[in-house]
Amino acid sequence: MEALLALVIGVLGGAGVWLVLRPRTFQVIMGLALLSYAVNLFIFSMGSLLIDSPPIVAPGVPADLAHYTDPMPQALVLTAIVISFATTALFLVVLLASRGLSGTDHVDGTKEP
Amino acid sequence: MGASLPHLLVVPIVLPLLAAALMVLLGDRRARFKSIVNVGASLAGLVVALEILRRVDANGTAGAIGVYLASNWEAPFGIVLVADRLSALMLVLVGVVSLGSAVYAMAGWSRAGVNFHPLFQIQLMGLNGAFLTGDLFNLFVFFEVALAASYGLHLHGSGLARVRSGLHYIAINLLASSLFLVGLAMLYGVMGTLSMADIAAKLPLVAEADRGLLHAGAAILAVAFLTKAAIWPLNSWLVPVYTAASTPVAALFALMTKVGIYTLLRLWTLLFSADAGPSALFGASVFLYGGLATIAFGVLGLMASLRLGRIAGFSIIVSSGTLLTAIGFGATAVTSAALFYLLSATMAASALFLLVELVERTGTGDRQRMRDMDQAPGEDTNLDDDETPLVGRVIPVSLALLGLAYMACVLLVAGLPPLSGFVAKLALMTALVSPDGLSLPNAPAPTPETWWLFGSLLVSGLVATISLSRVGIRRFWSKADSPPIRLKVAEGLPVLALILACVALTVFADPVMRYTRATAESLHSPAAYIDAVSTTRPLPGPTRPNVEREVAP
Repeated sequence: MEALLALVIGVLGGAGVWLVLRPRTFQVIMGLALLSYAVNLFIFSMGSLLIDSPPIVAPGVPADLAHYTDPMPQALVLTAIVISFATTALFLVVLLASRGLSGTDHVDGTKEP
Repeated sequence: MGASLPHLLVVPIVLPLLAAALMVLLGDRRARFKSIVNVGASLAGLVVALEILRRVDANGTAGAIGVYLASNWEAPFGIVLVADRLSALMLVLVGVVSLGSAVYAMAGWSRAGVNFHPLFQIQLMGLNGAFLTGDLFNLFVFFEVALAASYGLHLHGSGLARVRSGLHYIAINLLASSLFLVGLAMLYGVMGTLSMADIAAKLPLVAEADRGLLHAGAAILAVAFLTKAAIWPLNSWLVPVYTAASTPVAALFALMTKVGIYTLLRLWTLLFSADAGPSALFGASVFLYGGLATIAFGVLGLMASLRLGRIAGFSIIVSSGTLLTAIGFGATAVTSAALFYLLSATMAASALFLLVELVERTGTGDRQRMRDMDQAPGEDTNLDDDETPLVGRVIPVSLALLGLAYMACVLLVAGLPPLSGFVAKLALMTALVSPDGLSLPNAPAPTPETWWLFGSLLVSGLVATISLSRVGIRRFWSKADSPPIRLKVAEGLPVLALILACVALTVFADPVMRYTRATAESLHSPAAYIDAVSTTRPLPGPTRPNVEREVAP
């Protein structure tokens, strides 16, 4: 499962970086969205991957990370998702304003020669 | 009264938040009232910051470190707010600069778009929070609060130049935030904690196999901060953004790069102090050479710029580079001088940004100003129902005043005597080359880097003088018959106040230097900070059961 998750993060991150470097604003925002998915999965993976062991302390089971998922990264991811969602939405507004004001969807607001 | 220090620490965060909430509720009505609330909240923030500074510095050389446990959860588990000398110093700086900017905005800029005042206060909340927090993830949240507000403030007034540079600014910062999260997650993966003091305390326990991962995480984190601190080559966004932003916003943005500098200084001295074993001074060479490259880039930019706004932007880059290089030495005397330089440079840059619009107004009349403001309504458009005489009066001596203020700014930015810019640069040079001149035992022996920074300080001062004089001559000396310019009290006052603050910094250089030296000493021996955070216990509340009794056998 670790290998699969690492691959998914890698593919998302790679695609995100490639798209961010593209000249069209829509590609940039898609790239930023993909990057934020990659980052969120990465934070999630830092809590060590365990299946079927929710972070709710059960009686009789010792309270350590061998028996429970670390709840901390999950809380962090939740906050990170909200923040990246909000800032991406803001970026979308600026993107549309730039398109409206400059008449082109190039990231520099100028038509390509 | 000592017991109320912890509770004082939430005020710089809660006060702007409440002020912003109040102003959001008012909507787009009562513009004058909102201006007054904005200035009042900024003033109150400055007073609170000064009081925190006084409390923190009360105990002589040892100092007092205020620790506030949010929701009464103790350090590694809950979020803590920590005020030591460095945090208090930065809070005061935020207070001074924001007050100047808020007063300037009263003159008209606040009416160029909606929600200027709430965004302004939210930005202050983010800045203050970033300076106070003792938790890495909370730092990320406050960074994002400040950045989100800064996106809105940057676009204030609209227009193509702002939207275009705003697009780049937001994209860069979103990428930097991604790096921030990746670095933070890696640190958490290695250390299992996010409290800065706890990470520092547990650093010697890191397994040798994990050290590479720790360094990688810290380095990725540092790239995010270095982007915000405008290190070369991650600073191409800065000048267009600062030039395009409306005047009071640009003045406030002078603080934004300092957040990056503060975070680097705080985390680097805390985690990789000289006695951190194999991780000691990790990444110092990046600060040194990155900072020097940044100064070189800024100097070239200064030479190439003809517009005052761009010159002010490049002077920010030069001061960032100087600070980064000085931090990289990791020596108490240099850090102490750098902190003094930070105070002087930030206030000078802020005053210069406020002056940009006023100086551009000379000799060109109001028509030029209208064009500069893009789609923003000019001051002649009476948007406000109750235009008060305070903001509308024309000062007859405005041009002379403006010229003198400009000269003072040139002296401050270039570091020429007699103002505080000179004191700061002199202190930096003394600390660099005379290991025992200040009778401090661990000052560095002169190395090639020492001479590089020494030379850079001189060259950057010379170039700033040339560049700023060139603009000054063109603006002030060219047209003898230029019409008298309009200068409002609310525009002239903050510029004068910021310059007077720099004059005060010059006159009281001795106590301020003593303070920065104590700050630098406690930064470079972080045991007191770690102790203060980890030994603060939750207050027993009236309804809180006794924790010790409830522990399972």
